[in-house]
Amino acid sequence: MTTEILIWLIPLPPLLAFFLILLFTRRNNALSHTVGVAAAAISWLLGMLVFMAALGVDHFGEHVFASAINWLPLADGFLSIGVMIDPLSAIVLFFVNWTVLMIFIYSIGYHNFGQPKGDHDHPGLPPHGAKDAKHPGHTVPSVEPMYARFFAFIALFAFGMYTLVVSDNLLTLFVGWEIMGLCSYLLIGFWYAKPSARDAAMKAFMTTRIGDVFMLLGIVALYAATGTLNFRDILYNAEVLDMLAHSPSFIGGLSLAGLISILLFIGTVGKSAQWPLHVWLPDAMEGPTPVSAMIHAATMVSAGIYMVLRMFPLISAGWHHGELTTAMTIMAFIGAFTALFAATIAVAQRDIKRVLAYSTISQLGYMIAALGIGAYVAAAFHLVTHAFFKALLFLGSGSVIHGVEHGVLHTGDHKVDPQDMFNMGGLKDKMPITFWTFLIGGLALSGFPLLTSGFWSKDEILADAFAHGHFAVFIVLALAALLTAFYTMRQITLTFLGKPRTKEAEHASENVPAMTVPLVVLSVFAVAAGWVGIPEHFPLIGGLLPNWFHHFLGGALLEHPSAVDFNWIPLIVSLVVALGGLGLGYLVYRNAGQTDPLRKALGPVYTLLENKYYFDELYQRIFVKPAQAFSENFSYRFLDGVVIDGLLHRAARGAMGLGLIFRNKFEGPVIDYAADLLARITQAVGRLLRILQTGQVQQYLLWVALVVFGGFFYYLLNILQ
Amino acid sequence: MDFINQNILSLILFSPLLAALVVLLLPGQNKDLTRRVAFALSLVPLVFTLIAWFGFGAAPEVDGFRMQEQHVWFPAINASYHLGIDGLSLSMVLLTVILTPLAILASFNVDDKVKAYMALFLALETGMLGVFLSLDLLLFFVFWEIGLVPMYFLIDQWGSKGGERQLWNGIKMPSRRYAAFKFMVYTMAGSLGLLAAIQMLGVVSGSFDLLALYQSWPALTGTLFGYEIGTVKAVAFWAFAVAFAIKVPIWPFHTWLPDAHTEAPTAGSMILAGVLLKLGAYGFLRLVLPLYPEQAQQYAPVLAALATAAIIFGAFSAFAQTDFKRLVAYSSVNHMGFVVLGIAAAAFAAGTESANIAVNGAVLQMFNHGISAAAMFFMVGIIYERTHTRNLEEWGGLFAIVPVFGALLILSSMASLGLPGLNGFVSEFLVVRGTWPIFTFYTALSMLGLLFTGAYILKGIAKTLHGPLNEKWRVAEGQAGHFEDVTRRELLVLSPLVVLMLWLGIWPAWLLDVINQAMLKIFG
Repeated sequence: MTTEILIWLIPLPPLLAFFLILLFTRRNNALSHTVGVAAAAISWLLGMLVFMAALGVDHFGEHVFASAINWLPLADGFLSIGVMIDPLSAIVLFFVNWTVLMIFIYSIGYHNFGQPKGDHDHPGLPPHGAKDAKHPGHTVPSVEPMYARFFAFIALFAFGMYTLVVSDNLLTLFVGWEIMGLCSYLLIGFWYAKPSARDAAMKAFMTTRIGDVFMLLGIVALYAATGTLNFRDILYNAEVLDMLAHSPSFIGGLSLAGLISILLFIGTVGKSAQWPLHVWLPDAMEGPTPVSAMIHAATMVSAGIYMVLRMFPLISAGWHHGELTTAMTIMAFIGAFTALFAATIAVAQRDIKRVLAYSTISQLGYMIAALGIGAYVAAAFHLVTHAFFKALLFLGSGSVIHGVEHGVLHTGDHKVDPQDMFNMGGLKDKMPITFWTFLIGGLALSGFPLLTSGFWSKDEILADAFAHGHFAVFIVLALAALLTAFYTMRQITLTFLGKPRTKEAEHASENVPAMTVPLVVLSVFAVAAGWVGIPEHFPLIGGLLPNWFHHFLGGALLEHPSAVDFNWIPLIVSLVVALGGLGLGYLVYRNAGQTDPLRKALGPVYTLLENKYYFDELYQRIFVKPAQAFSENFSYRFLDGVVIDGLLHRAARGAMGLGLIFRNKFEGPVIDYAADLLARITQAVGRLLRILQTGQVQQYLLWVALVVFGGFFYYLLNILQ
Repeated sequence: MDFINQNILSLILFSPLLAALVVLLLPGQNKDLTRRVAFALSLVPLVFTLIAWFGFGAAPEVDGFRMQEQHVWFPAINASYHLGIDGLSLSMVLLTVILTPLAILASFNVDDKVKAYMALFLALETGMLGVFLSLDLLLFFVFWEIGLVPMYFLIDQWGSKGGERQLWNGIKMPSRRYAAFKFMVYTMAGSLGLLAAIQMLGVVSGSFDLLALYQSWPALTGTLFGYEIGTVKAVAFWAFAVAFAIKVPIWPFHTWLPDAHTEAPTAGSMILAGVLLKLGAYGFLRLVLPLYPEQAQQYAPVLAALATAAIIFGAFSAFAQTDFKRLVAYSSVNHMGFVVLGIAAAAFAAGTESANIAVNGAVLQMFNHGISAAAMFFMVGIIYERTHTRNLEEWGGLFAIVPVFGALLILSSMASLGLPGLNGFVSEFLVVRGTWPIFTFYTALSMLGLLFTGAYILKGIAKTLHGPLNEKWRVAEGQAGHFEDVTRRELLVLSPLVVLMLWLGIWPAWLLDVINQAMLKIFG
């Protein structure tokens, strides 16, 4: 029971920190980040304790930690909510714990804690730097004007993610999911005075909301069908799964399980930025870099994958290792397509963070595709390793940008974009820690053989696709892997190797330990996280370490998934694409100048890629503009203004016309005579009443009230008699 | 104590009217005193309601209602002064007595004819409470109409200044007069049918007492006035339904609402959106569904279709606005659509679990919308008072100047949007959950409205708080045009609302339990 209490407590410290910072400590930067980091640390500690406890349970998948309370009284029963840690959530909790804590610490350095306030800094805009008191004429970085607020927001973000992970039901999972949506909105738009940040924040919120409304339908459909939203009751219950798999839904051909799975999956498409709802993620780079790491690695996009992993028994209900279910086929297609599609865009981006953004989309596509072909364990494995190395890469890129910003402050030329890789070069020597850790992250992303975690997880996905005969998926993913290695090496070469291309890059400098230490910690995981999942029959080293990951996570499913047999072909393919891509990337970019050598080679294709296949423009034209026009011109002006109010006004006119007829034809000749007589009497009374009629509304009211009360008391008297 | 316990509902009902009288009779023209007295007295019904709330469970229940009071009123036509509450009316009464003091506190900046203003507000409260407490159709109707008059004056006298509304043939009318008139006449037009139908029910059944009518009227068979009873009932059903539909308002009867809201004074909008709209929905739940179960079931799909139209077109029209207050007004159309959708589902499949969940969600949504709409209108009022504009295009980047206001605006907006963790989500979730198996198509379609809720909410935030600061508002302290962040009085108005948003978002059981029990009674 004690472990269950710990689980309940995990999300609370960040929530508390959020309120504490906003209500009390917001004027004190040191206190605010102390509260924030301490909260993250407490959650980390609680999470680790729970994780350790989970490791100590035999057959943990059958004996999970769970506890629930009644939440909503409905009809004759209750909707209960609670917490549950099973192998899947334990693993997710582990990486969320570490990445979140590292991001919190990193933020202290990133937002220039301890630096002076900037002379021209305004809340809502990134800091511009301050005059150096010791060295007149020099500019140093200035502290973020909304420093405390940042920690409050990421604390709420962490709360959302922890809520999502420890939930034992879809409803509170959705609560955490949406709170993260709000936080990503607030944080992407953190520098809200920048129109680009404002627009990116709205775009992120709206695009993910498209997915969310479908997901909401999926949730209510599941609830309506099963009468519960509890994971164990639905997903660890063969009877319910069987029922869902065999009941038809109203959409022809789909089973209930299929329909619900697809609805829920659309939620993931939005949250995890899969094609066609991928457009928000690259723009989300407008936020401060720790936020990018938070969104791209630790929390938001991982949440999308986590949800489909969680729902995998439902998604795969009715799948007997033969034909994939409809939902799985859709996932395999969207995932594989997104993996390749995003990788091609990443090749032509100049902004160091945007490359990573597209690589995230692409890697998430991997996981979705893996789940689509039923490679449950491989998908989860890749989720974990990716979280570590992508958090590392994002924080590393933030460190690079921060370093180049130093250079910008030094030269004073604010036109130089510190995020453009073609303004960099040679940073290896200026920022050694950032370089080495970024290199590790980059190699892990490329799937550099044996050493890095990315290799093991990616290889497992490819092996699984090959073993089960999903050759189309296999080929597409292999191609994407090739591109991944290529653009990663392009990025490393452009940023760190060669000679500095600008003065700013020459004057870049390494960052404070608050930023570099998290990089080192994460790089350890970027390497070592892969060792827990080495296939048993891998040549030479297989079996040296037990494939712990597979055994542990497999327990989360009713039917333990079997590991695939070893095959040389996917291994060789995986080696070739990783090493080939890396080599090619180095060869093409080692002597690159300020223009991309690929531009010439690819011609118009490069322009197409550079502009992300014009999806933004397309959506603007076919969705955003028409929606605006529809609301303004049709819904508001035409429907309400012309049709409905037009009818009302017509009715009013008619009534007035009728009144006029009465007055002229009937009232005048017939009634007026009588009325004249009456009028004289009235006039006389009126003179009397004029005493009352002062023209003041108060007076009138007084009379009204008196009359009302007269009635009231009269009636009271009646009762009393 | 005995006196209080036996007449608790009458005390709740008439204490505001008494307060209005006291305010009017206050000596002198001290405006500040008037305001303070009005506010202090407006807390009296709140106290009585809390007494009723805590005594509710223990009070004996007769025919589904507790704390009943019945006295002779119009013995000749069998109409009596009959009050009583169940969970439905109790939650609505609670909403009313919470929002009225806040609205009065929000009106401390009203400087024109303060006494009359405050008195009208308090009188309005009695009108609204009467609707929720009456167990007699005639009494119900009386209070239904009483509520109209103060609101008419509030809009017409204290509404926003300036602005003209083009009618026909170039005839123009001051905007607020137009709005007040439209509000009044439209509602009255609906009331006509209602009154006629009530009369018919009373004549046929020989009583206006609701408890008696619940028994006799739905069971009536045969012919009436030479027509098939079903036909008569259908006509009466529509008379009731249209009156309430106008009040809710259900699309396409909604166009009075943006006008009235936009022109009403801030506190007027708070009450209008917070409570008055609920009267319509309450009418459906208290009268239409129980009195006409068959007709309600028969026409529920129509109701659901109109509700879906309200959700979708309400969201789209809100998104089209450049006037922030009008945007919030349209958001009411959108949110009340979910209430009606839930009610329609309950009408269609009464007795099923899904119907119960849907109607629970609908009632909770009524309460939640009251809270968040009041907060939103107040936020708009705050910024209007400072900048003297409601035009979204004239703001921008205000977050930097008024951070506390910004934070509260974002919070209220998110509550209005239905963000999980805040109140609106729970009720919307329940409505969607309940209606999905009953009206799958409409539920799915309404998601389009839910999506665009996001669009207009974000538009409001972005145009007000975000983006580059409009230099017009960058005024140094001490100079004309400079404005302060939220004041303490304003915080005092907002904090109960904020607390309720969070409380109902995280732990709605305390309210939902009360509602659920009533819904089980009414809809089995």
